[in-house]
Amino acid sequence: MSNWERFVETFFNARVMAKYLPDIAYGMLVTLELAALVIVTGIAAGLALALLRSAGLRPVNLLIVFSVDLFRALPPLVIIVFIYFGLPAVNVSPSGFISTWLSLALVLTAFSEEIFWAGITSIAKGQWEAARSTGLSYGQTLMSVVLPQALRLTIPPLTNRTIAITKGTALGTVVAVSEILGMASSAVSNSYNPSPLTLGAGAYLILFFPMVVLGRWLETRMAWKR
Amino acid sequence: MTLLSVSGLTKRFGQNEVLRGIDLEVSQGERIAILGASGSGKSTLLRCLNRLEAPSSGSVVVDGVDLLDPRTDINHARQRIGMVFQSFNLYPHMTALGNVTLALRKVAGKSRSEADALGRAALARVGLADRAGHTPGQLSGGQQQRVAIARAIALEPRVMLFDEPTSALDPELVGSVLGVMRDLRESGMTMLVVSHEMGFARNAADRVVFMDEGAIVEEGTPGVIFEAPGHERTRSFIGQIQRH
Repeated sequence: MSNWERFVETFFNARVMAKYLPDIAYGMLVTLELAALVIVTGIAAGLALALLRSAGLRPVNLLIVFSVDLFRALPPLVIIVFIYFGLPAVNVSPSGFISTWLSLALVLTAFSEEIFWAGITSIAKGQWEAARSTGLSYGQTLMSVVLPQALRLTIPPLTNRTIAITKGTALGTVVAVSEILGMASSAVSNSYNPSPLTLGAGAYLILFFPMVVLGRWLETRMAWKR
Repeated sequence: MTLLSVSGLTKRFGQNEVLRGIDLEVSQGERIAILGASGSGKSTLLRCLNRLEAPSSGSVVVDGVDLLDPRTDINHARQRIGMVFQSFNLYPHMTALGNVTLALRKVAGKSRSEADALGRAALARVGLADRAGHTPGQLSGGQQQRVAIARAIALEPRVMLFDEPTSALDPELVGSVLGVMRDLRESGMTMLVVSHEMGFARNAADRVVFMDEGAIVEEGTPGVIFEAPGHERTRSFIGQIQRH
């Protein structure tokens, strides 16, 4: 057997791949579900926090900044373990799926709040003044004038963060979530062959490549001539 | 009839006293040019007149509404006070028409079709009827400032505040903006103009107010202020301006 054949046999073993394809496909579904939940809740909560922060209530803002820094500093895996193994101590026993979702959503909330906040504060003071001078309220100015401009600026960093954090769904393996990586690793142990990992890599590409393209498309679509 | 009345107005930023007791009465239809060196407080005065800057003390009454009364709905009052900024401050993500109609819809409560009709009329008044669908980035500086004027006059304000409206413009574009301001003057609009544009102060203003170090030093007709200023500070300022 040549080196090349051995390589193909190890990583692209057609028989093993065919056998575990349904498992990986199932894992893809779980990852997709988890990713969608993390993205929707994380970004919505991040935006809500950024809007709340813009109201300028000092005690509220201190709390927001502290929690945001906390969740940006902690590795997502630590948060997952805390929730999954820690919460049962107070008689709440979230599943691995819920633990992973909550952890990643909290991390995405923290990062997206910072990104939205940066976007909001980057809008020139003159925009606020012009809108307020025509009688728009604070909230109307925020929603109609400032936020639409801020969101456009946030698309590129937000896309990058979202992809990075959503890939963290693989950490669910640790708490027995049957997502792509989890399914692939158990398939590797069962078949004594790493080909399912190749399948898993393909599955991640299929899921995340379109997200990258979507981000790029949003970026061009949201642009306007200055 | 007095439309705008300011008395004992002061404004402090920390230790820095920017306005030191301003008294000013403006009649309906009057055009006031406010002159003064930079840092004299003229822009701050203007910004206190629609409470973009909160005065430290004193009173500002516009069209019978006390702006500093906590019970005053400032958003409602501001519709009656148009403001035009040095840097235009158009909303870059909206068309010219969108810029003009936003407050008509959100504040004045007009339907989209009503607001569009009023917005187009306002754009026509500043000579930009054919630019309604352009975004600010597609317009020249002079056109942008005229859209900003249209945005303010569409709300039918009782008084217009101009904060150095031509200072950010290339010289060849200044004329078009001054032309629109002259048209407004013809229509009887009450205007307060902070400007370095001496031609406007001299030819279009009814009264010139000269400020120095946060106080009104002298006021009078353009003829008096430009030809026979009574105060030493006014004389030296006018002299410097006219040498350039």
